[in-house]
Amino acid sequence: MPDGQTPLVSIENLRVEFQGEDGPIVGVEDVSFSIAPGETVCVVGESGSGKSVTSLSLMRLVEFGGGRIVDGRLEFARDGGVVDVAQADPDTMQAIRGNEIGMIFQEPMTSLNPVFTIERQMTDGLRMHRGLSAEAARARALELLRQVRIPEPERRLKQYPHELSGGMRQRVVIAMAMACEPRLLIADEPTTALDVTIQAEILSLINRLKRETGMAVLFITHDMAVVAQVADRVVVMYRGNLVEEGPVQEIFAHPKEPYTRALLAAVPRLGEMRGKSAPEPLRLVGEDEHRLTPTAPAERGPLLEVSHLTTRFPVKGGLFRRTVANVHAVEDVSFVINRGETLALVGESGCGKSSCGRSILRLSQPTSGTVLLDKRDILGLNDRDLRRAWADMQMVFQDPFASLNPYMRLSEQVAEPLTNYGLARGSEVQDRVAGLFDRVQLPRSFMSRFPHELSGGQRQRVAIARALAVRPKLIIADEAVSALDVSVQAQVLNLMMELQAELDISFLFISHDMAVVERVSHRVGVMYRGRLVEIGDRAQVMESPQHAYTRSLLSAVPIADPARRTIGEDMNFRPIPSPVFPIGHEAAPSVYEEVAPGHLVLSTAFD
Amino acid sequence: MKLPAAFRTSKGLIGTGLVIAILLVAVLAPMLIPADWATKMDMRARLSPPTLAHPLGTDQLGRDLLYRVLLGTQTSIFIAGAAVLMSIVIGLPLGLISGYAGGTTDNVLMRLVDTLLSFPALLLALTISAVLGPNLHNTVIAIGIAFTPFLARIIRGEALRVAQMPYVEAARTAGNSDSRLILRHILPNIMPAIIVQSTISLAFAILAEAGLSFLGLGTQPPDASWGLMIQASRDYLDRAPWTALVPGAAVALTVLGLNMFGDALRDALDPRSKGAS
Repeated sequence: MPDGQTPLVSIENLRVEFQGEDGPIVGVEDVSFSIAPGETVCVVGESGSGKSVTSLSLMRLVEFGGGRIVDGRLEFARDGGVVDVAQADPDTMQAIRGNEIGMIFQEPMTSLNPVFTIERQMTDGLRMHRGLSAEAARARALELLRQVRIPEPERRLKQYPHELSGGMRQRVVIAMAMACEPRLLIADEPTTALDVTIQAEILSLINRLKRETGMAVLFITHDMAVVAQVADRVVVMYRGNLVEEGPVQEIFAHPKEPYTRALLAAVPRLGEMRGKSAPEPLRLVGEDEHRLTPTAPAERGPLLEVSHLTTRFPVKGGLFRRTVANVHAVEDVSFVINRGETLALVGESGCGKSSCGRSILRLSQPTSGTVLLDKRDILGLNDRDLRRAWADMQMVFQDPFASLNPYMRLSEQVAEPLTNYGLARGSEVQDRVAGLFDRVQLPRSFMSRFPHELSGGQRQRVAIARALAVRPKLIIADEAVSALDVSVQAQVLNLMMELQAELDISFLFISHDMAVVERVSHRVGVMYRGRLVEIGDRAQVMESPQHAYTRSLLSAVPIADPARRTIGEDMNFRPIPSPVFPIGHEAAPSVYEEVAPGHLVLSTAFD
Repeated sequence: MKLPAAFRTSKGLIGTGLVIAILLVAVLAPMLIPADWATKMDMRARLSPPTLAHPLGTDQLGRDLLYRVLLGTQTSIFIAGAAVLMSIVIGLPLGLISGYAGGTTDNVLMRLVDTLLSFPALLLALTISAVLGPNLHNTVIAIGIAFTPFLARIIRGEALRVAQMPYVEAARTAGNSDSRLILRHILPNIMPAIIVQSTISLAFAILAEAGLSFLGLGTQPPDASWGLMIQASRDYLDRAPWTALVPGAAVALTVLGLNMFGDALRDALDPRSKGAS
């Protein structure tokens, strides 16, 4: 903090406890830091580090979640002098909340009340804190919507939250937080649920508002790349304690604590793979350097050939639930995955990348096209043969908490494919399962456990073990690491690369995270509105993107390096149009231009 | 053998205790108490409040409420239990198949269920009972069929939800057959809903039996059942509230016990609750 300035917020020895079944659970053990006026402080940490609890304590909202501030001072500089928020009475807190401290929550879908119009939600606080008349409050709400650059603000006021897109809603939430010109804005993972282009817009918006109004920002996030882009100072937390604090350049360039170093090492940074031909495991602190690394696959022929794959989902409506329109989820997509190769499919939510993966496995039924796995036509198989074909291709799902049956022991779940496909019988089954647990680096003692006894990363390893059980040729990983903390994500990514090197598995790696994709893939395909807009070698797509969408996507990705701030002050991307088309809509075929050997760019225009 | 942790909570213990006590009464009362004690009329002590001679009072015909409630237990529990069991036996496969298969199968099965649902359960039971003739077994069948659509609907909804979970899709790609998917992956995950719905259904079944009895299609007077006793007490609520309170308390205790027992059972089946208590 600059010298000679009174801090706006000064947190001293904060300790927060939650009432657990066996006595109190410590959420925050002993945390002290301060925020100067006009400064952006990022609190970064993995899940369970206590970062959100700290921010909620500052609003005393932690009490509504069963927490209790047991010790410490939370000093907040108001006009009339410094107030200790930890001791303040309810009236004072009400005057501070939403008025002097504004807050943005993570989930824009749920932080607005669905039954009130935008106007009603925005003017409530203004009338309450500022005593404005209905007229004046409305005028102020309009002004705020303009300030956060929402198009057609007059119309938005009359709309309900469900009529707005996620990014628009988060802008409304920010406008509400800004309504009373707070001196401190608390942003708790404000962009985690958003697509990367919308994230860039929101971050640039917060940056601009901060400069214009001079407010301080307390930014809670797990994402080191976001920290690098927005922070002035960084507070690193781990298990309820403050690990390290310092200016952002300092933290990134010379981290002092081992935990900070480990955290930074686990973060893939976009651009750091420049000039490398094959994927490379992340170097984790405290791990030996001898890791198997996947190499550039020699041309050994294609494993999976997808051509003109199209998947549409009917939209039912009316009295008789007839099909009234179609969602064009996947539209004329063609690509090839070679043996031992990783093809990454990237894109924003709703671009059809997951539907594409599911269509290949026929978990969603494709409308047309062909899928050949080892020259065998998957789409023509009957149910029985399809079941057999799954022995060659497996899927790892996104949510490790939902992809394992909570009522079944882990060994039993991993054993299922072995017995079902007749790959092992009798005592051999348990031996094979034990071998698979070894393979994914889980202790054998976990075999008799139930899913809830494991952490997210451990569960994802079990899911990988289950997929490996049949010795598949292809694994479709649908956002397989996006629900994990960065350090765990790095371990799981390394495991996948190692398995590829050892077992010669091909991966279809579906992800929204460009930095992760750059790290793990041999080739990259970019999807937009159901189509593959660009595909080529990783270097071709990431280093010389040709399609306009690929370029804008790459420009929006935050880079985990404070020296390379790419988030400007006014970023605007075109919102993705709806993929719903009327029945009988004839989609134009995808036509590609080969700009370099193997580097294809879509030349079909979107309608 | 050690009791599962879920049954060692106070809730689990009370629930289990109540259920065992009620089952004991249902089995033992008719063996230990002569049947005519429940039907013996004492015209001089009509609507008598609890006294030494009649610890729980008497009804409008001077019959002892204690004996009536004890001897009515078996009828009420048997009818309600058997009827709910029957509705599970029919409704469970119906709901599971409907929710899992979807499409035309789901449409056909659910329109059938909707047809049943469109009649009030009691009216349906009444019709069935009237057609089959009034006796104990037909009462069970009538109530069982009348309760099936609710259960089938709830199970279908749950099956639909669970069938879309990634773990079911993962199990499918792990080569599991449809039947194994339903039995090993979907069914355990909808058990909590089935248990909760069954305990609620039991309470309603006891009362439904009363409705049928009232119309002369269930338990025939002078035999006792809880429902019949509640039904009969309606006209005397102002003068002799105990006539309703006694059988009412029996129903309430049964439902309470079953609910607590059901919760404990659900927790005992759920691996997530192990170790925590």
